This record gives sequence, C-alpha cells and structure tokens, in this order.
Amino acid sequence: MNALAVSGVGFAYGARLALQDVGFAVAPGSFAALLGPNGAGKSTLIALLTRLYDLQRGDIRVMGHSLRQQPRQALAQLGVVFQQSTLDLDLSVEQNLRYHAALHGLAKSLAGARIDEELARQQLGERRHDKVRDLNGGHRRRVEIARALLHRPRLLLLDEASVGLDPASRLALNRHVRQLCRDDGLAVLWTTHLLDEVQADDELLILNRGRLVAQGLASRIGADDASLAATFERLTSSEACI
Amino acid sequence: MNAYWYCLAGIVQREWLRFVLQRSRFFSALVRPLLWLLVFAAGFRAALGIAIIAPYDTYITYETYIVPGLACMILLFNGMQGSLSMVYDREMGSMRVLLTSPLPRAFLLASKLLAIALISLLQVYAFLAIAWLYGVQPPPVGLLAALPALLLVALLLSALGLLLSNGIRQLENFAGVMNFVIFPLFFLSSALYPLWKMREASEWLYWLCALNPFSHAVELVRYALYQRLNLSALLVCLGLTALFAVLAVLSFNPQHAALRRAN
Repeated sequence: MNALAVSGVGFAYGARLALQDVGFAVAPGSFAALLGPNGAGKSTLIALLTRLYDLQRGDIRVMGHSLRQQPRQALAQLGVVFQQSTLDLDLSVEQNLRYHAALHGLAKSLAGARIDEELARQQLGERRHDKVRDLNGGHRRRVEIARALLHRPRLLLLDEASVGLDPASRLALNRHVRQLCRDDGLAVLWTTHLLDEVQADDELLILNRGRLVAQGLASRIGADDASLAATFERLTSSEACI
Repeated sequence: MNAYWYCLAGIVQREWLRFVLQRSRFFSALVRPLLWLLVFAAGFRAALGIAIIAPYDTYITYETYIVPGLACMILLFNGMQGSLSMVYDREMGSMRVLLTSPLPRAFLLASKLLAIALISLLQVYAFLAIAWLYGVQPPPVGLLAALPALLLVALLLSALGLLLSNGIRQLENFAGVMNFVIFPLFFLSSALYPLWKMREASEWLYWLCALNPFSHAVELVRYALYQRLNLSALLVCLGLTALFAVLAVLSFNPQHAALRRAN
C-alpha cells in the first residue's frame, strides 16, 4: 500500500484550471520531492492534501484511506509542516506542542511522553520552555516537524519548509528530514522550488501549469540534459511531458 | 469520546494562555464598557428617568439599567472579533493547524466558539466586579444565575459573527463589523434605553429594537441578574444560537472564499 496515492486530481477556481489530472504515488519510507515554479499549482495541491479545499475531481488516499470517504482516518495519518509558520510565537515550545497533541485527541500523559521523545529527537529538549519567538528560523522549523510527528503519522508533508532559512539551516533541515525518512520508514512529500534540495535517488515530481510534466527518479529525469536544472528549465518553459 | 474531550480542553487552554499573555487586550476590552458606565451614564442619568420596570422592584439609576447591556456589549465585541479572526486566519496560521485535526470540522469550530465565549465571560465578570464597586450591585445569587445566560449570549453572538464573516466579503476588517454589525445591533436594542421609551420616539424604531436578537440577549441577562427567567428571551436566544451555529459551520468553507476571490 502506498503512503500517498493521488489519482486523477483536478481543481478549478471558477473558470481557471489550477490542477489537471494529477496522479502520483509515494511509497512508505520514500522521499518524494514535488518541484514546480510559482503558480504551478503546488499550493492548491497542498490545500487539497490537507483538506483545506474539497476535492472536485479524482481522489487522494493517505495510507489507503480516501480523503473523500474517510477524511478522519486519512488526516490521522498525515503530518503537515506549512510554508508559513503556524506556531504561536508567544507560547512556549511545549505549549505549542501540547495544543497540537490535543487537536489530535492525545491524552495529557501520552502527549507528554511523545513531546519528550520528539523534542529529544529534534535536539530541542533544552528549549521546551522557551518561547517560540526566542528560537531561530531553523529551530522553529524543527519544532514544527516535532509537532507534525506527535500523532505518529505515516506521511509527512512539508510545504516549502526551507523558505526563509539561511543556506546552512536549509541544508541541515533537508538532511534531517531525510534521516527521519530512513530511520522511521516515514514517507515524505517535500515541496520546493529549489533544485539543490533534490537528490539523485529522490522520487521527483515536476508540476507545471497544473499538470505533472515529469515523475520518476531524479537521476533518470535529469539524464537527458546537462543537469537537472536544464531539464527543469526545459520542462517548465514548454508544454513538454516526460 | 476521550479524544473529543482532550481536543476541547486543548482549544480552551490555548485561548486561556493567549488571554493571559495579552493582558493589554483584556484591559482595552474593559475600557469601552467602563467609559459607557462611568461617563456616558453619568451624563445621561439626568436626561433619562427610568420608571419601575421588570425585572426591577424599585426605581433604579440609569447606571443600573445599562450594566446588563454593557456586559452583552463585551460579548458582542469579543464574539465578532474572535469569529472574524477565525475566518481571516483559516488559510494560514493557527486556524489552518486546527483544520488538520482529524476530528470533525463542526466540532472544532464549535469548540473554538466555546473557548472564545468562556474567555469573554472572564472579561464580563471583571466588568461586573468594577460595576459592583461603583455601586451597581445586583443580588450575589443573581451574578451566579447570570452565568448560563451570559454563556448562551456569548455563543449566540460568536455564532452570528462567524456566520456574517463567512458570508459577507465587506466584513473583512473590523471597521466594517463595527459600522454594519456592532453599532446597529447595540443601538437598536434595549441595552441603553427601555423599549417603551423608544416607542414614544418612533413606532418603527421600536419594532426594529424589539425584533433585534441583541435585545433578547440583553433582556435574558438583565432578568437573570435579578434571578428572574425571561422565557421568551431564553427561547429566542436558544433557537437563534442553534440556527446561527449550524449555518456558520456549514458556510465555513475556505474553498468558497478562494473560489470567490478567483471570480
């Protein structure tokens, strides 16, 4: 069973098509990068995956649960890190995490144990009582990752999570998520518009003008051109599909 | 079932923490009704003679008359402000996190409305305490009896706020809410003047006031403060709260807003 299966998804804002017949799958334990220029439809896809918008066409399954028919089971398997920080800056790290645990219906004692565990894993144990406002951008992102993992999802969705970070923190975050993917068998969907965040053995999905114009191993997709950047340029500047 | 309870407790606790952290908001929410009580009412005391009317047993001062209305005014402002930020926030920030919870959306929204209402009650009781020191002293048991009435009114007004914010694009900022919702509801009600006084001035204004849900809310609280039950006001408030809450939850769909913006 795939951690994420998207099939035939289409979405329109009135007359304007934002997504057209988008279909792909992410296997458990794999790191998939969703790449696309601004306006490609990534945000709409994320809004559909997180059930902010209702599906108009097609279906999305998380660990086999359809977002249409079993939205609660599907959302329970999904952890999300949004592009814009959704932490409460005036609350402490722990208070933010406790709020999220409550939203997922975790009992207080269980939430406490999970928070200990996740913060230790993100090497943030000593910052648990600090206000989020006092954390740097990289650490805030890690808090958001810890938060997204509290309810033990099988699929982690990161929407342009590295935006706004300095290059070193960006790299560290990317490595860290890959490590989680390897250690826990967690499926990751990482959306970005930055090519250097993609590695050769990643599952790569390129979205352009609402359509998937390429999907497969990054090394294979980039094989025909001098670099992945050249392939990306070619695919997103034309109507081509591979 | 436990998951629902933990979720509700978490949402209420978060509102509480934000309330504790934003003390300035608490004080500014108190300034408004206190200005009405200490300044406006002092000026109007001479102009407005209040006859003996239910639920009062004796002649009362104008300050005594307007305290229930001002308590409801706090709920009105908070309810509108809270629900407006829920709508504004739904595509980003904390509301977006709230909506990724696997619990039903209707439950999440109802919990959020309840949390806003509970925090508003703290402000109302802080105001009633100051009014007490100022000399407006309803029976202590009345203060307790008013609690469920105030909670119902808080829910009614935040559900109304959410419904209006969902549906009306022009209400995207608080100035719009003030002009088109708060002021008409407040001034066309029994908060500042008994309805029979309004009838002396104008029959149609009287009817507008009599039909205004906020008048029923104020009268429910006024009666409860003096340990009396205003059954018709209670039924109107209960019915409208249920109606507004259902409509607000049904119309709270971020997708509608996105589609509307695109068209």
